[in-house]
Amino acid sequence: AGRIPLFLLACGSFNPITHQHMRLFELARDQMHQTGLYRVVGGIVSPVSNGYGKHGLVASKHRLAMARLALQSSDWVTVDDWESQQSDWTETVVTMRYHYRRITAQYQQRTGERKDPPTENSGKPLLKLLCGADFMETFKVSGLWRDDHIEEVVGRFGLVCVSRGTLQTDRTVHESDVLSRHRRNIFLVREWVQNEISATEVRRALRRGYSVKYLLPDSVIDYIKENNLYTQDSEMKNKEIKLRPLNKQTILQD
Amino acid sequence: MASQEKTKVVLLACGSFNPITNMHLRMFELARDHLEDTGRYTVVKGIVSPVGDPYGKKGLVTACGRVTMARLATENSDWITVDDWECQQIEWVPTAKVLWHYHEELISNENINDDVDKGKRRKRRKLEQNENAGQSSCINTNADTPQLKLLCGADVLESFDVPSLWKTDDIEEIVSHYGIVCITRFGCDPEKFINQSDLLYKHRKNIHVVREWVINEISATHVRRSLRRGQSVRYLLPDPVVNYIQENNLYTAESERNNADQVLAPFQR
Repeated sequence: AGRIPLFLLACGSFNPITHQHMRLFELARDQMHQTGLYRVVGGIVSPVSNGYGKHGLVASKHRLAMARLALQSSDWVTVDDWESQQSDWTETVVTMRYHYRRITAQYQQRTGERKDPPTENSGKPLLKLLCGADFMETFKVSGLWRDDHIEEVVGRFGLVCVSRGTLQTDRTVHESDVLSRHRRNIFLVREWVQNEISATEVRRALRRGYSVKYLLPDSVIDYIKENNLYTQDSEMKNKEIKLRPLNKQTILQD
Repeated sequence: MASQEKTKVVLLACGSFNPITNMHLRMFELARDHLEDTGRYTVVKGIVSPVGDPYGKKGLVTACGRVTMARLATENSDWITVDDWECQQIEWVPTAKVLWHYHEELISNENINDDVDKGKRRKRRKLEQNENAGQSSCINTNADTPQLKLLCGADVLESFDVPSLWKTDDIEEIVSHYGIVCITRFGCDPEKFINQSDLLYKHRKNIHVVREWVINEISATHVRRSLRRGQSVRYLLPDPVVNYIQENNLYTAESERNNADQVLAPFQR
């Protein structure tokens, strides 16, 4: 009773989306439910825009299409294209603010319309960032994150971080003052199944003509084949380019 | 053409499949890619052969359910099938005997095909001889019965060492007559294991070790544990299997106690 409704947002390349990505949502939902404090009501996959400039990134329209195919069978996780539609790469915190505004507006509309008193699940929803352990490590990379952004992502919103069985995430939190300060807002989920279906490996296998069946949904594999998506050429994309966050000067939007 | 020089292979995977997972299915794909990469093989078929209930393993649910799940899982595969012969037997069947059964089946199928095709081939050969005066007939009339190989994870290979679990004769038969395609597993070192066993070392050419670069340790034990605890197993197994398990409430604390007092069939010999 009185659980807080919660949305989980996953930002990333999804290049391509794999079973591992989708597992993150399932694991996170189970864990957050188990705390007794939350009720996970929605999951959002937000593929990064082409402006990110990551090595081997294929066009966002493809990454969106693949994510949609993969999540067709999911009744709670959806794909959102707002981030990919922006003209330039968008900082994670900006994407979070956008989605938080959106779900808050939806909630306000719903409670405005409702005549009877709010039920246990009609509390104001929260938004947390869902990520893997490698994501938390990126906070350390010089020039990749602004300090005030890390503060807002972790302090204001919160992280749900799925680790791969090792306690590396505990250490990462411990070794960072910012993360330690907000450790109550960082939920660490242990994935007991060693399941490292990295999109990099998937792309490698595809380039070499090897099977990736059972690592991603069949519908995504079919899409990749039909569009001849991952090749030597596609992997060369952005080879010379510097990752956008490393040279972008941001003006705080809000 | 080159395809005539390639050996046809059928991969047979024995196991509990309790339940079948994406990792089991991956093994087939990896094995096929690996063998075909050598340029010496064409993999024509994969067979999932769930063990019979008399095996007596703890937590084993009925063969019927396990076969159904395996069938659901392989619905979308054009080369992997499920065969319930092993499940239909009254007693537990040692792996070497299962291999022998399918080997015999492959031979008899080839004989049937030979008879049926003999007539057709005669006509075709005549036509081709007329068309391609200088070329030899391209129909392969050899009884090129596919080679049957055991597909397994490295943990199974290393189980050869477990006292009384395998008969030495059986191991010898498996590695000498058939061959093994062994998928590496986290924490196992199959090459080292092979090296340390005189028997396996002798037949090392018949043991293909396939390196899985994607760490994908979806153990069925873990899956059953998650299910007991009401946790999601979606994306670890194919969706139809997840749905089937949920609809039939297959894996519970009770089902995990199946065979709790039983001695595993191989140890009863």
